[in-house]
Amino acid sequence: MKTFKEVLAKAAIIFVIFAVLTGIVYTAVVTGIAQLIFPGQANGSIIEVDGKKYGSSLLAQQYTDESYLWGRIMNLDVSTYTDENGKPLMYAVPSNKSPAGEELEALVAERVQKLRAANPDMDDTAIPVDLVTCSGSGLDPEISPAAAEYQVKRVAKARDISEQEVRDVIEKCTSGRFLGVFGEERVNVLKVNLMLDGILK
Amino acid sequence: MSSVIQYILYLAVLVALGIPLGAYIKRVMNGEKTFLSRILTPCENLVYKVMHVKKDEQMNWKKYLVSVLLFNGIGLVFLFLLQMLQGILPGNPQGLPGVGWDLSFNTAVSFVTNTNWQAYTGESTLSYLTQALGLTVQNFVSAATGIAVLFALIRGFIKVKADGLGSFWVDMTRIVIHILIPLNLVISIALVGGGVIQNLKPAEKVSLLEPIAVSAETVALDADGKIIENAVIDTENATVTVNGKAVEDATIIAEGDIVGSVTDKTNAFRSEVLTAASINKDRTAVSFGEDSIKVNMVTEEFVPMGPAASQVAIKQTGTNGGGFMGVNSAHPLENSNAFTNILEMISLLLIPVALCFTFGKAVKNKKQGVAIFMAMFIVLAAALGIVAYTEQMATPQLAQNGAVDLSMVDQAGGNMEGKETRFGIATSATWATFTTAASNGSVNSMHDSYTPLGGMIPMLLMMLGEVIFGGTGCGLYGMLAFAILTVFIAGLMVGRTPEFLGKKIEPYEMKWAVLVCLATPIAILVGSGIAAVWPGVVDSLNNPGAHGLSEILYSYSSCGGNNGSAFAGFNANTVFLNVSLGLVMLFVRFLPIIGTMAIAGSLARKKKVATTAGTLSTTNAMFVFLLIVIVLLVGALSFFPALALGPLAEFFTQII
Repeated sequence: MKTFKEVLAKAAIIFVIFAVLTGIVYTAVVTGIAQLIFPGQANGSIIEVDGKKYGSSLLAQQYTDESYLWGRIMNLDVSTYTDENGKPLMYAVPSNKSPAGEELEALVAERVQKLRAANPDMDDTAIPVDLVTCSGSGLDPEISPAAAEYQVKRVAKARDISEQEVRDVIEKCTSGRFLGVFGEERVNVLKVNLMLDGILK
Repeated sequence: MSSVIQYILYLAVLVALGIPLGAYIKRVMNGEKTFLSRILTPCENLVYKVMHVKKDEQMNWKKYLVSVLLFNGIGLVFLFLLQMLQGILPGNPQGLPGVGWDLSFNTAVSFVTNTNWQAYTGESTLSYLTQALGLTVQNFVSAATGIAVLFALIRGFIKVKADGLGSFWVDMTRIVIHILIPLNLVISIALVGGGVIQNLKPAEKVSLLEPIAVSAETVALDADGKIIENAVIDTENATVTVNGKAVEDATIIAEGDIVGSVTDKTNAFRSEVLTAASINKDRTAVSFGEDSIKVNMVTEEFVPMGPAASQVAIKQTGTNGGGFMGVNSAHPLENSNAFTNILEMISLLLIPVALCFTFGKAVKNKKQGVAIFMAMFIVLAAALGIVAYTEQMATPQLAQNGAVDLSMVDQAGGNMEGKETRFGIATSATWATFTTAASNGSVNSMHDSYTPLGGMIPMLLMMLGEVIFGGTGCGLYGMLAFAILTVFIAGLMVGRTPEFLGKKIEPYEMKWAVLVCLATPIAILVGSGIAAVWPGVVDSLNNPGAHGLSEILYSYSSCGGNNGSAFAGFNANTVFLNVSLGLVMLFVRFLPIIGTMAIAGSLARKKKVATTAGTLSTTNAMFVFLLIVIVLLVGALSFFPALALGPLAEFFTQII
C-alpha cells in the first residue's frame, strides 16, 4: 500500500510535468516559430486579392459552370459548419464507398454520362478516373494533367479563347513530383479558374 | 515504372534513417553522451530534481508495472474529464460544447492506449486546448510508455540473477526529452513549411467562386418536376402522401438540401434536381416552370484552423495516428503535398524500425536485431506489393467497360476513389501498408474505398497483432513474444531446450508469451462477433453486404491491434460501439504490457546459459523464416473464417 501511494504521487507529478512540456511548451514553441517563418502556410494558404479571400489553394470548391475547370467529385456538406451569425458554410467529406459495390458503379455511370454531355468535343475518349471519383479528404484541390486536358476544349469554347491559352494557364498551375520522384504531377483547380477569370495573374 | 521506383525509394529511405536513429536511441537509454546531451541533459536532471527521483533507481518488475499502470490511469482520467469540460475551459475559440461521456471515454482510451481510433471529428468536436493538452500529451506519453516497457524487457535479457529492470520515470523522461521532443520539433516546423497549418485562430471562411443555393423549405416534386400541392412529406422515411394516398416517383427537396449553384459573373443557375430553373436577382428564390422555392445562399467555405502541425508530427512519430482533422492526413491542410507526405509517412515507421537496431545493439547481438528486422521487413514488402497491385488494377465497377480511363498516362490511374490526386496510387498504397504494419492508423486515403483485396491486406496486418514493426516499443515486444513462441516450437521439433539470447525459456515465460500473442485475436473475434449480432449496429454501416461485415471487422481489428485506422464510412460514434471498442483497446494494450513485464522480471532472475554447438541459432535465415511462419499461422488460423465472409466474399462477387 505504501509503494502504491508513493508511486501514485510520482505518477501525478510526472504527468503534470509532461503535460506542460509536451502539451503547452512544445505546441507554443512550434506555433511561434511557424508564425514567424511560414506565416502563409501556417494560416491555411489563403489566396487573398485586394482584400477579398478567394479560397485556400489547398481546399477544393465545386464548379458546374462550363467555363470553369472542374475538379474531383465533391460530397458537399452545408449543415455542419456555420459562421458566427449562424450562416451555413460549405465543407466536404469523402464518400467511403466501396469501389467494388453496385452503388458506386451506378454513381460513376451517371458521372460519365454527365461529363460526356458537357464535353461533346471529346466524343468517346475515356474519362480520366479523377473526374468520376470522390477524393480521400473530399476536399482534394487538384486533378491530374490528364483530367485537366480532357476539359481544355470545353473551357476554351465556353470562354471563346484559344485552347492554347487554356493550356498555358493549366501549365502555370501544374506542380511536379517532389524531387522529381515522389507523389504525382497535378493541377490546382482553383488557381486555374482564378487565372481564367483574371483575378490571379 | 516511376511508381515502382517510388515504392523502392520509400523503403530505402526508411531503413537508411532507421539505422542511425536506432544507435542514437540506444545511447540515450543507457545514459551515454550524444550530440544533444549538452542542451538536453540539464533539462533531464531538472525533471529528476522536481520529482525526487534517483537516476540509478532499480525497480523490480512489479513496481515498474504498477508505475506504468498508474501513470496511464491518471492520463486516462485527465483526458476523459478534459473533453467533458472543454466547453467551460479556455482555448476554445470555436465555442465547442463538452463531449458526451461515451465519446469522451472512447477517445480517452483510444489515445492512452496509443490506438488513436477516431470516433470524433477533430475540427467540429474538440477544442484547441483538448487537442494540445489532451491529445498531443497522450501522443507523447503513450508512445514513450511503449518504448519504456520494451527497455524493461531488454534489460530482462541482459541482466543475470538480478531483480531491477531500471526506473520507469527515468526511462520516460529520457525518451520524451532526448528523443521525441527534438525529433518532433524539427518535423513539425518542416511540415508547416510544406503547407500544414499551425496557429491558434478560430476557423476562417473564404468566398466561393460558385455560391451554392440551399432550399429554405421542404417541398415534393412530381415526376414532371412540378411541386405537389397539399403534400404531406415525411422526410425521415422519404414518403409523400396526398390526402392519405402515397405518391410514387416523388422527389423530396428538404429544407437544407442543395438545389444548385450560381456563377457570380452571370447569375446563371444550374441544378441537377430542378429542370429549366432560374434564380431571382437578389438570390432568395429559384423559379422553375410556374413554381418557385425559397433558397438560402451558401457563399463561403469553412477553412479549419488550429495547431495542427505540432500534433501531426507526434501522431506520426509516436505511431499514434489520431488526426487533427476528421479525415486525418488525407486533408490538404494536414498533409499538403508529396513533401509533407514523405515526412509524415517515413516518420510513422521510423522509430519502430530504429528500435530493431537499438535492440540488437542493446543485447550486444546485432545479428539478432537484424534477424527480427528482416522478418518484419519481408512481410512489409510483400504486403506492400499486393496492395499496390490491386489498387492499380482497380475494379470493373470503376472501369465502366472502358468509359473511364484507368491508365497511368498523365495520371495516377487505378482506383482513385477515396484517394488524393497529389498522392495517387503509389503514395497512398505505401501509406496504407505502413500505417497498418505500424500500429499507427493515420491515413492519407480512405481505406473503406480500397478494392476488396487491397483493403484486406491492411486489415490482416492489424490482425497479426501489430508486430510487423508495430507501435513504438509495443510492436517489438509483441514480436519478441512471437520469437519466444518460435524458439519453443522449434526447440520441441528438434528436441533441444529452448533458449533465446542465452536465457532458458520455461513454461512461465511460455504462458505469458502465448497470452501476449493471442490477446489481439481474442479481442477482435469476440468483439466483432458480438457487434455483428448486436441490435442497431447495422445502422452504422455505410455499405451493404460483405463490405458491411468488412467495416465491422476492420473496426474491431483496428482497435484490437491498437491501430486506429478505419473504414471511415462506418459510424462508430454510438454508445455501444464507443464503449465496446474502448474495452477492446484497453484489453489489447494492457494485457501484453502485463505479460511482457512478467517475462522481463522472470528472465532477469535467470542465469546466463553458455552458447554451445547444440544451441539453436536465432539469427539465421531459418529462424527468420520460422518466425514469419508462426506469425502468419496464428493470424491465418484465427481469422480465415472471418476474412472469407468479408473481403474475400466481396472479391469473388466482384469478379463474377
